[in-house]
Amino acid sequence: MAKKVVIDENNYYDSVTLMSISKDIKGMEGITEAVVVMATPHNKELLENVGLLTDEADNASPKDMVIAVEADSDDLAEEALAGVEEALEAKASGGGDDEYRPRTLDSALDAMPGANLAVISVPGDYAKKEAEKALNKGLHVMLFSDNVPVEEEIELKELAAEKGLLLMGPDCGTAVINNKPLAFSNVVSEGNIGLVAASGTGAQEVSTIIDKSGLGVSQVIGTGGRDLSTEVGGMEMLKGLKALAADDSTEVIVLVSKPPADEVVKKILAEVDKIEKPVVVNFLGGNEDLFEGSKAIYSSNLEEAALRAVALSEGNDYEAKDFTIPEEEVAKIVEEETAKYSDDQKYLRGLYTGGTLCDESMLILADELDALYSNIPLKPEWALEDNAKSQENTALDLGEDEFTKGRPHPMIEPYTRVERVEVEAEDEEMAILLADVVLGYGSHEDPAGELAESIKDAKAKAEERGGHLTTIVSVCGTDNDPQDLAEQTAKLEEVGAIVMPSNAQAARLAAKIVQEIN
Amino acid sequence: MEEKILELFGKKLKVINIGLESFAESLKEEGVDVIQMDWEPPAGGDAELASLLDSLMD
Repeated sequence: MAKKVVIDENNYYDSVTLMSISKDIKGMEGITEAVVVMATPHNKELLENVGLLTDEADNASPKDMVIAVEADSDDLAEEALAGVEEALEAKASGGGDDEYRPRTLDSALDAMPGANLAVISVPGDYAKKEAEKALNKGLHVMLFSDNVPVEEEIELKELAAEKGLLLMGPDCGTAVINNKPLAFSNVVSEGNIGLVAASGTGAQEVSTIIDKSGLGVSQVIGTGGRDLSTEVGGMEMLKGLKALAADDSTEVIVLVSKPPADEVVKKILAEVDKIEKPVVVNFLGGNEDLFEGSKAIYSSNLEEAALRAVALSEGNDYEAKDFTIPEEEVAKIVEEETAKYSDDQKYLRGLYTGGTLCDESMLILADELDALYSNIPLKPEWALEDNAKSQENTALDLGEDEFTKGRPHPMIEPYTRVERVEVEAEDEEMAILLADVVLGYGSHEDPAGELAESIKDAKAKAEERGGHLTTIVSVCGTDNDPQDLAEQTAKLEEVGAIVMPSNAQAARLAAKIVQEIN
Repeated sequence: MEEKILELFGKKLKVINIGLESFAESLKEEGVDVIQMDWEPPAGGDAELASLLDSLMD
């Protein structure tokens, strides 16, 4: 076994670029490990964990790149290093060498007078500084960076408020401004429904369901995941709400978040009560009692929020339905699926790339199940003992830190989930596999394709054992997304997956099947 | 209070991208005016030096 660690001084690349190179090199023949990272304290820990932290690497600075490989032989290790060099050279020359890349904000503003939005995704330690500079130059900010301390978030949002600017974030992955998707967002039709969302995937699901219903979105304002905490107090959501209330293109407003603390809910509802336009609220399983007497329209899941907004926009009444496909079709699916299980099969495994989608599913499923284990459990007693091993009925948020150490988010690189599908496929007690596929800019170019391969294999394994694997998927996307909703859906259906019109309906179908099994 | 935000809603987006290149690439595909900054951790990643530099610049 050969280890080689090389330091490339003063050569900065962003983490997504480097992770992509690491993945390619690791896939080379005879390579057991490949880590290509900037020498930050966090990455040094990572290197140490895989036994590749040399003294030289330890002494390097965050501006230096560490290229570390472990291979079956010296020669193979050298090949891997050469591979990394090639990839970096390709990146350097292929990245638009005619393009001018300003090194300071001032020179960026000189090159682009009239710039109005800064999209910031630098590591968390440096985020506040960059966001502050941008705000001080009068730019609105979308702050994708996470690991920003809450005190800094508050300072930034207070500064933004003073200046009347947006500070979408930190930890804001989704926004659609003037019909343009930013970071992880979908291409959604233009329309008169405006969103303010503390959850990226929540915003994606709501906006794509609106699009699937034939309507459109005016703006999707992201607030960052922690905006509705007690400390931050919903500053950005309140600002977004007021802006959409004043925006002529917005007729209906939707607010999305995980359940905020009661005092923050009260603040938001107090603001909603001052607004003429209808405001639909989805605080994903939050306290419905607080809505009594408020003008705000309560919705219990993302799909309901979207469909209520659509009804309001069309001037129709909202009709609650479990399924938008005919009941007979649902009954047929349940009958057909349950007929083929072996006696061992009884459990459901949900593998999600979107945390909010996992939450939404769990809330729906929890009604039917005695227990639903997870790494983001609804109850403390439902916490998995070991995240690497599912217990009975289990739903996982594969985007959480425990699954993404040193790896890209599963929406960017599907292999984290594919690996877990392979693990679950060995379990003869699994009857149902439930998953989300999230399209849009920022996501992998073919998430359905990657998942479909692993579903095919998993189904084959179940059949070999004399059973049957039910696979239920929902695709969060639109026909105008780079990945194309129709094509992605077709790939999944081709391998026998049941594709439901929304995440909520996918969970409800799974719940019906579980009912039948028991 | 909302004027600057409403102003943004009425204008063409002109984005300065600081960080992940993939975001700028996506924006270009969408036809958005975007400029990618050549960002690196300031002061060689030395936090103390960086804050010294800051106080000089202010």
